[in-house]
Order: sequence, then C-alpha cells, then structure tokens
Amino acid sequence: MLLDIDNLAIDLPSPDGPRRVVYDVSYSLEAGESLGVVGESGSGKTMSALALMGLLPEGAAVSGALRFEGEDVTRFGEAEMQKLRGDRIAMIFQEPMTALNPLHRIGAQVAEPLILHRGLPKAKAWAEAVKLLDRVKLRDPERMAHAYPFALSGGERQRAMIAMALSCGPKLIIADEPTTALDVTVQARILDLLATLGAQSNMAMLLVSHDLAVIARHCRRVLVMYGGTIMESGPVDAVLRNALHPYTRALLEARPRHGAPRGERLRAIAGSAPPASAKPTGCPFAGRCPMTIDACRVTPLPTVELEHGHRVRCLRVDAEGRLK
Amino acid sequence: MFAFLVQRFIVLVATLVFASLAVFAVLEILPGNAAQTMLGASATPEAVAALAHKLGLDQPFATRYAAWILGALHGDFGQSYAYNSPIRDLIAQRLAVSAPLALLSMAIAAAMALVAGVYAAERRGRPGDAAVMAASQVGLSIPNFWLAIVLVLLFAVHWRIAPAGGFPGWSDPGRAFAALILPAISLGVVQAAILTRVTRSALLEALNEDFIRTARAKGLSRRATLWRHALPNAMTPILTIMGLQFANLIAGAIVVENVFVLPGLGRLIVQSIANRDALVVEDCVLLLAAFVIALNFVVDLACAAIDPRLRSRAA
Amino acid sequence: MSAVVGKTRGRFSASLTLGLALVALLLAAAALSLVWTPYPPGAIDIPHKLLTPSAAHWLGTDALGRDVVSEILAGARVSILVGVIAVGIGLVFGVLLGLLAAAAKGIVEDAIMKLCDFTFAFPALLSAIMLTATYGAGVVNAIVAIGIYNVPIFAKLTRATANGVLAREFTLAARAAGRGPIAIAFDHVLPNIAPQLIVQATIQFAIAILAEAALSYLGLGAQPPQASWGRMLSDAQNWMYVAPRLAVFPGLAVALSVLGLNLLGDGLRDALDPRLRARR
Repeated sequence: MLLDIDNLAIDLPSPDGPRRVVYDVSYSLEAGESLGVVGESGSGKTMSALALMGLLPEGAAVSGALRFEGEDVTRFGEAEMQKLRGDRIAMIFQEPMTALNPLHRIGAQVAEPLILHRGLPKAKAWAEAVKLLDRVKLRDPERMAHAYPFALSGGERQRAMIAMALSCGPKLIIADEPTTALDVTVQARILDLLATLGAQSNMAMLLVSHDLAVIARHCRRVLVMYGGTIMESGPVDAVLRNALHPYTRALLEARPRHGAPRGERLRAIAGSAPPASAKPTGCPFAGRCPMTIDACRVTPLPTVELEHGHRVRCLRVDAEGRLK
Repeated sequence: MFAFLVQRFIVLVATLVFASLAVFAVLEILPGNAAQTMLGASATPEAVAALAHKLGLDQPFATRYAAWILGALHGDFGQSYAYNSPIRDLIAQRLAVSAPLALLSMAIAAAMALVAGVYAAERRGRPGDAAVMAASQVGLSIPNFWLAIVLVLLFAVHWRIAPAGGFPGWSDPGRAFAALILPAISLGVVQAAILTRVTRSALLEALNEDFIRTARAKGLSRRATLWRHALPNAMTPILTIMGLQFANLIAGAIVVENVFVLPGLGRLIVQSIANRDALVVEDCVLLLAAFVIALNFVVDLACAAIDPRLRSRAA
Repeated sequence: MSAVVGKTRGRFSASLTLGLALVALLLAAAALSLVWTPYPPGAIDIPHKLLTPSAAHWLGTDALGRDVVSEILAGARVSILVGVIAVGIGLVFGVLLGLLAAAAKGIVEDAIMKLCDFTFAFPALLSAIMLTATYGAGVVNAIVAIGIYNVPIFAKLTRATANGVLAREFTLAARAAGRGPIAIAFDHVLPNIAPQLIVQATIQFAIAILAEAALSYLGLGAQPPQASWGRMLSDAQNWMYVAPRLAVFPGLAVALSVLGLNLLGDGLRDALDPRLRARR
C-alpha cells in the first residue's frame, strides 16, 4: 500500500477559534493507482491533498495518520518533509499562469528538484530537464528550456510543471485541478499526458477536481467529498453508474445534458455548502439533501459497504444499496 | 531588448534637457538678477548693468541657455565669481568628497534595509515584525541633520572616538573614511528606515505569489524559497524606490555636509548662495539633478536585467 | 503599522491614537504660543545666556539668553505655517491637475504625468535652494518651493485614484444620466479620492516640516527673530561642547511632530480603507 490515510482531520485557525475543515477521512491508494477526489469548493478536497505535502497554512492542526510508504508523515519534521516533497511526492497546481517563477528560465525551474534532491551538477540537471521537457511533449525542448515562463502558453506552462513534478520520479503525484484554468481542448491532452506518464513509471496519481467528467475519464477510483468529509467512494464505474449517495446523485444530475431540449433548466442543488464549524455533527449535506430526516443532523455518519469496494456514507442507504 | 534600451535612453536625454531648462529658467529668469545679487543691494544700477553686460547677462534667454549647455558639454562650467577659479575644478574637488559619501550612505542603507526587511517579512505579524516597523517609523521621522548632530555629540564630543567634522583628504584613506562614517550613518539610517518598509512589503507581496507554493512543493526550505524565489521578484520595486530616494539622499547630503563641515558639493552650494555666486549654484544643481536622472536610468537597466518581462516589450 | 500591531479598538488603532495625540500636541503648542509663552519669543537676554534647565527656565536658555521653551513653542508656528500652506498649494493645484489628466486622457494625461515625473529629480530642498539663490532667503520662498514640490505628488495620486473611480459603474451611470464633468468630479470623484488625499496630505505635511527645518538649519528659511526649530539646531551646533543639551530639544520637537504626522497618516490609512473596515 503506497498511501494509507486513517481518520484524517484538519483544523484551521480562524478569528472565532479553530474550524474543522476536514474530518473522518480515510482511504488508501496502491502504487500506480489513480484516485479522483471530486467535490465543490469548500469540500476539503484541496486541504486533504495539501496535508499530504505538509503545506497547510500556518497554524493548521492535523490529526489522524497519513502513512506514505509505511511511514506516518504527520510525525515528520520540516526537514524530513522537505526531503519528501518534490522527490517522492510531487504536486501540480491549478494556475499554470502564475505557478512558475517569472524570473527563472524554464530549464532552471525544471532542473531545480534534481539539483536539490539528487545533487546533480547544474549542467547535468539542465540536460535532464531538457529530456523531461521532451517527455511531456513540448516542441523544441532545447529552446523551451531557455525560455522564460511569460513566453509560454497556459498549456505549455502546465506541461512544464508536469515535467518539473516528474523530475525525480515520484511515487505519487497530486494534481489539484490541473486543467481547470486551461482551454477545453488543451485539458484533455494534458490529462491524457498525465495518465500516460503515470502508467509508464507506475506512478500513483491523486487527481482533485470538481469536474466529474475529468475524474470519470482518468481515474480508477473516486472519492466524493462534501462539507469536509467523504460521502461516497469506490470504483469510478460503480459510483458514477450506480450512485447511491443523494449528493453524488445530485451532482450527476446537475450536469448539463447532451441533447437536452433548448431552454431546459439546469438542475442545481438548492442551498449552499455549510461553513466549517468547530465540531461537525451529523451529515453536512443535511438540509440541502432531498432525503433529509431528523436523524441526519445528529447521527454520526455510518459507512455502508457494498460490493467491489463501493462505500456510501448515508443513514438512508442500507447494505443492499436500497433506500431505507 | 534594443527597442527598450533606445526608448529608455530617449527618456533619459529628454529628462536631462528638461531639468537643465528648469534649473536655468528658475535661476536666470531675471536677467540682471545674477549681477544684482553679486554686487548686493547697495550697488548702483550702472554698476549692475556693466557687470551684467560683462557676463553676457543681457543676451536673450535662448542664447544664454545654449551657451551654458554647450559649455557644460565641453566640460567648461564657467568661472566662479567668489573663488575666481574654474568651476569645473571646484566641482571636481568637491565631488571627491560627496560622491564617496553618497555611495557609502546608500550602501549602509541598503545593507540595513535588506537585513531588517527580510527579518520583518519572515516574522510577519509577530513581535519581531512589529519591532522593525516601529523602529523604521521612528527612523524616518528623525531629521538626518539632527541625527548627525546627536552622533557628533555622542561620538565626538562625549566619547571622542570620531572626528566632529572636517575632511583630511584622501592621502590617508583610513582617516578619510573615519571622517565620512558618521555622516554616512546619519544619511543612511533615515534611508534605511524607508527602504526597510519597501523591502518588507515587496517581499510579502512576492511571498504571496503562486510560484512560492510551487517552490515549497519541490522541497525547498522556507529560507531558500525566500532568497531564491521571493527576493529576486521583490527587487524591481525595491530598486525603483532606491532610485527615487537617491534624490532625497542628495538633498540630505547637502545639509549633512554642512553639519560636518565636509568640503563637498553640498557645502559649496550653500557657501555660494551666501557668496552670491549664482553660476556655481546653477552648475551644481544641474549636476546633482543629472546624477539623479542618470541613476534612475541605471536602475531601469538593472530592473530590466533582473526581469525578462521588462525587456521583451518596450514597457 | 496598525495592521501589524493588531490591537485595535474599533477604528482607533495604536498608530492613530498616538498620532492624533502628537499632532494635537503640536497644534496646541503653536496655538498656545500665539497667546502665551513663558518669555517673549526672540527676547534676547545676554546676562542669562546658556543657563541649564531650572524653575525659571524649564529647558534653559540659548546663547543669546532666549528661553528655550518659548523658542520651541514659537517655532511650532513656523512649522505649521509652512506645512499647511505648502501642502495646501500642493493639494489645490495637484488635485486640479490630476483631475484634468484623468478626465482628458490620451496625450494630455501622458504629458502631465511625464511632467510630474521630471520634477521628482528635484527634491524640495534642491528647489528651495534654487529659489533662495534667485530671490533670497525667507519663509515665503521655502513655502513656495515645498509647495511646488507637492503639486506633482498630489497630481499623480489624484489621477491614479480618479481613474479608478471613473472606471467604476456609478460614474458611467452618472454620465449616462447627463451629468457634466464638473458635477461628476465634485459629486463622485472627490468624495471617493478624499481618503487617500487626506492620508497623503498628512505625510506631505510631515515632509514639509522636515524640509523647512533643513532649510532653516542652512539659514535659508525663516530668518531671525522668527523662531524656527531648524535655526535653533544650527545655533546649538556652535555651542556643542559647552551646552550640548541645546541641540536636543529642537530636534526632538521636529522628530515628534513628524512622527506624530506619520503615525496619523498610517492610522488614517487603515481606518479609512474600506477593505480593512469590512474585516473588523
């Protein structure tokens, strides 16, 4: 098991005291596997990813166990985390336009992890960087390496970011909305690239997105998060074709339908996501959920196990996957 | 890149021309005035007119301006009425004191500001940051010539470990520097206060950028991220403000030179005003303005050297 | 600075309170000096020169027997006079110029801004020196020079903030409703740029006091018998070995006044910033 998260909870400081933005999150990831994390803003999906890197904001408190390759990284000091980051776990972010240092050449930025973690001399690291830029299918990698970020398009910059992330051959790559800021046509190509490269080096991928379609295409398993915790999880086919949690179903229904008649209204989910509180009780979706009953607000979320690793956390779903 | 340099150079020349016009206009706006001030209020109109004619002051504005500028470009700054020697020589002598003083002050200010600014930015919101901000607030409220006097009181009068004033000449570099150190500190401290704030805020802005998160995700330490990624991005606003502040530094140096009785340009200007030596004042002021303008041009070049985005478009 | 210090009671941050206190002290000193000082300012009394502080002379006397406290109180007058008029000149002409630039746009705007940039090569002191060389020393020349130096600063600030305001919807709405540019300027633009102008004015006031002190120190500002802190410092320098205390008080007066104004400016900036206000 590459990654084993057990009961992760994250508290962020706020003027009114600590708020619990992630709680009760447990999942695991095998080597080479791709796991999608889907949810709206505020669902805690990005925070859980940042926790793996130890890059949470100042004052954040993490509890639970985050086991990577058997070691619990929540116990790591800053120096150990620095050795981990960029080397065994890499992360790429949402905004390629601003994620690169405008004053350094692309080659230097891609080479930086190699110099840092592998101790390569500059010239060798640069040569490696050019090879990496070629691997991510950038045209004329030599010239790209000498270019500055402002000369590149969004898609090109994201490819460079991927090259940078792959440089030390990480076991796990976390991609936080890697294509949201890109044109639709470019999105598919970047994601395919990630998938291909992942398969080539048996690299696991944690893909965080709000876009179900993206997850469906590129991930084997999926976690659906809402209000800081997991609502449903399992193999992508099972969850998307046979969604059992009311939230997942609402998400699926909210997508614009292909071939729908003109003027058909989108089915939005009424209400808005709850703000994080100090002590979450019951189900965060209670109230917004069309199936809410009184017990939903107070009873801690159960975990209903269905076949093939498909899990649902809802009071109203029974062990056969039927509504109670 | 070339277009950028050319454009900047044109701005430089235009600014110099404008500055020279401004100086000349202010100081020569009353044609007979230079002669009048030289001879004093009790001079007869005939004496004034005679002197004015002798100095060519009754010629049209444009002619006098052209003569002055052409002379300056050839290195001929005219003759000092009070010292009865070529102004060029006077200026050269005085520059030997003022230029090192200005550089030393700027160096002190930059060093202090870098240390304090980085320190404050690293400890943002914590007591260390508040302390630096409070100190800089006090620092920029202190008149530099008062600080100079206080330093003289402490180090020269009370403890007697530094000279109270005067300049022994460059033949003994050790003593020469000793004479410049207190003046440089009084000028540098105030500049440092201003630059510390600029450094801190520029760094904080840079630290807020996305590429900082990327750098940390690569495994860089906080310190390495600040020095290698944040600071270079903060340099452009810092250097720009340093350039703008140079004018204030020079103005401050004029006063401080008088506190320490240093034979620099500043003292020459003040003495020449007392001596009613208008041409000297004119030339010195023009020279100082030219330095400031030239320095800002150099700062522009430096910023373009650091930031590739500035050189690709003729911003 | 108050954002860093953190402790705020409503809008009254530490900066703002301390700044207000110091500035009030400055104004009070000047006002008081108009009706009463321990001794007449400028009253020379050679037999009692260079006295140490005592009950009769709280801060002692200077080389001509003048009472230091009285000189300092009277000196506040000059500082405030120069500050108010110089900043006033800068405000009035600078704001007009800036509004003109923002409204005219295009070449006019660029030309005005370039003109302002040119003047930054001439700090207040240098301009004052030039004027003094031509027209002689005195408070008036000091005021004019510092005032002229303030104009481009306010012009640039006005233009920048006015552009921001003009781009917002409500001014577009006003223009659509047929209001003329002058009405828009007064009804919409000025009220919205007023906070920044006020903050900048306090800062420029502080700079004006510093500049006036420097000029007086050089003998180019207020002339005797008019009391001025800068000139007091210059006099004190002659007696450094005999009565070092004489150099402390006028300089302290300048420093505290400038500090007060800077703190006030910082505090006002935080108090008037609508974004920071929303956070409280």
